[in-house]
Amino acid sequence: MTIEVEEVSKKTSFVASAWKMHRAKIGFAITIVVVAFALAGPFFAPFTATEFVDMPNTVDVPGTFFGTDFLGQDVWSRFLLGGRSILFLGAMSTIIGVLAGAMLGVIAAYIKGSLNSVIMRTFDIIIAFPGILWALLLVSMLGSSSLLIILATVISTVPRVGRIIYGAAVAVVEKDFVSAATAIGESRFRIVFREVLPNVTSTLLVETNLRFTYSIGGIASLAFLGFTSDPTGANWGTMVQENSSAIILQPWGVVLPVIAIALLTIGTGLIGDAFSRVSAGIDRGRND
Amino acid sequence: MGIFKFVLRRLAFGLGALIAISAAIFFVTQGLPADPAKTILGRDATPENLDALRAVLGLDRPLLSQYFGWLADVVRGDFGTSFTTQMSVSTYLGPRFGNSLFIMLVGTIVSIPISLILGGYMALKRDSLFDTSSSFTTLVFAALPEFVMGTGLIVIFATTVFQWFPAVVFLEEGAAPWTNPMGVVLPITTLVLGCIPYVSRTMRASMVEVLESDYIEMARLKGVSERNVLLRHAFPNALGPVFQVSALNIAYLVGGAVIVERLFNYPGVGSALTDAIRVRDLPVIQFLSLLIGGVYVLTNLVADVATVLVTPRLRTTLK
Repeated sequence: MTIEVEEVSKKTSFVASAWKMHRAKIGFAITIVVVAFALAGPFFAPFTATEFVDMPNTVDVPGTFFGTDFLGQDVWSRFLLGGRSILFLGAMSTIIGVLAGAMLGVIAAYIKGSLNSVIMRTFDIIIAFPGILWALLLVSMLGSSSLLIILATVISTVPRVGRIIYGAAVAVVEKDFVSAATAIGESRFRIVFREVLPNVTSTLLVETNLRFTYSIGGIASLAFLGFTSDPTGANWGTMVQENSSAIILQPWGVVLPVIAIALLTIGTGLIGDAFSRVSAGIDRGRND
Repeated sequence: MGIFKFVLRRLAFGLGALIAISAAIFFVTQGLPADPAKTILGRDATPENLDALRAVLGLDRPLLSQYFGWLADVVRGDFGTSFTTQMSVSTYLGPRFGNSLFIMLVGTIVSIPISLILGGYMALKRDSLFDTSSSFTTLVFAALPEFVMGTGLIVIFATTVFQWFPAVVFLEEGAAPWTNPMGVVLPITTLVLGCIPYVSRTMRASMVEVLESDYIEMARLKGVSERNVLLRHAFPNALGPVFQVSALNIAYLVGGAVIVERLFNYPGVGSALTDAIRVRDLPVIQFLSLLIGGVYVLTNLVADVATVLVTPRLRTTLK
């Protein structure tokens, strides 16, 4: 009997067992809705982002859903237009950061000695300083182009992913099949990418999700502080900041983007939690 | 002997990290290919002004000598003069440092006990409705960026729904933050809500592990009262990992304060940093980054040592 149960649980894939949890489904549904809004929204925006529509900070404007913002622009249009860049920058920096972090982590685990210490100490030092501050320093001195915002986010992603993957990979490296691969003379490159990396994919999946949640949060926070590639363009983070002083007159300019960012991070956070429960059953914090 | 060596090693790493951070900060602010003088003064600065500023910054010297000159000044306690306010950096930031310390301290004092009790109770009532709903709620709060959480609080408690608290902190120059108790409620609540998820979830995980251990079963079998089992045996043993996370959270508060202070217009070091960044006030940026890095390194160091001290197992395995 027990053998049968084990076989079944082995067959069930990692994603499938995560999907069984309610939070994964709820998270997925929420994420899909917000992502759809962010991606398809621009096609449905009745006005452009910078078009003057009516008196600033007015809720009741005929022909608009939610009125005008601090410059008299249409709140609903800016909301529909303002998710794309955050989503794009978040996805890009997560992909680059997780890939680079995973590679460095696996390499550090497989190649012991001085390269290992150099990589791991560098990680420690980057983590010894809040990620948002690295980003602020870089962006304030070099300008806030999309490339720099991605780079700034990647810098704080890489060491955190790297440390986790290193921890998972160290256990894999000790396994017999890696020694066997070394014995039959497989190249180091092949061992790292074909033997070790595939065995840490569940950890990698958890990490990707977690980092996406924090990247979105970080990029939106940077936008909130005024750092975007397009200062006059629509952006959920910037909208919160621009419209917060007139929040009593016109709450929608703040409320809509805040809800969107909240739902997006909560949605991906729920999926990530389901993954991490299946993977290890432990909770993880932002600095781990 | 083990613990002494461990502290020394940890101290050495902390110092090393701080030096590396200072080099990185300096390089980013003053050593990048972009001319800092031009960045500060803007496009239409006159050549005379640019030269004057370059001389002040020491940009005419080689980069390494600039860095060591700056580091030597910092070690001597001379942090330079703020470009915009023309005050010495320490005079400008002194009162703001106190303001930030206040909300962070209150935030910590409020959030840690709540987190410990919440996490401990979740573990005790494992898989009950209370546990699952708290786990869901903390997860939601953990995912939210601070500015979203803070703005949500402003919408609900300061403007649109209720008008119980001010949305912005009005603090006169030099006035202590506790002279405006209503004003600091929302900023502190934002920080507290940002901290509770992490500490409480760690406490829960750690407490679950302890409650399943042999010595708790032993204590129960021996007939120790449930109250004593929890308070004398389970709770203290569950605290080890919590130290680590609490320290990370104090360190997080330092970073989170940047956003929260900006949001509520609170006159602390976080808003000073964003102000300085906007006008590229290099001495202020450099000093604050170093200060925040220092606090970060120090809290992590204290947490590592404290974890070892409260976990006897770790004490013996130290090399």
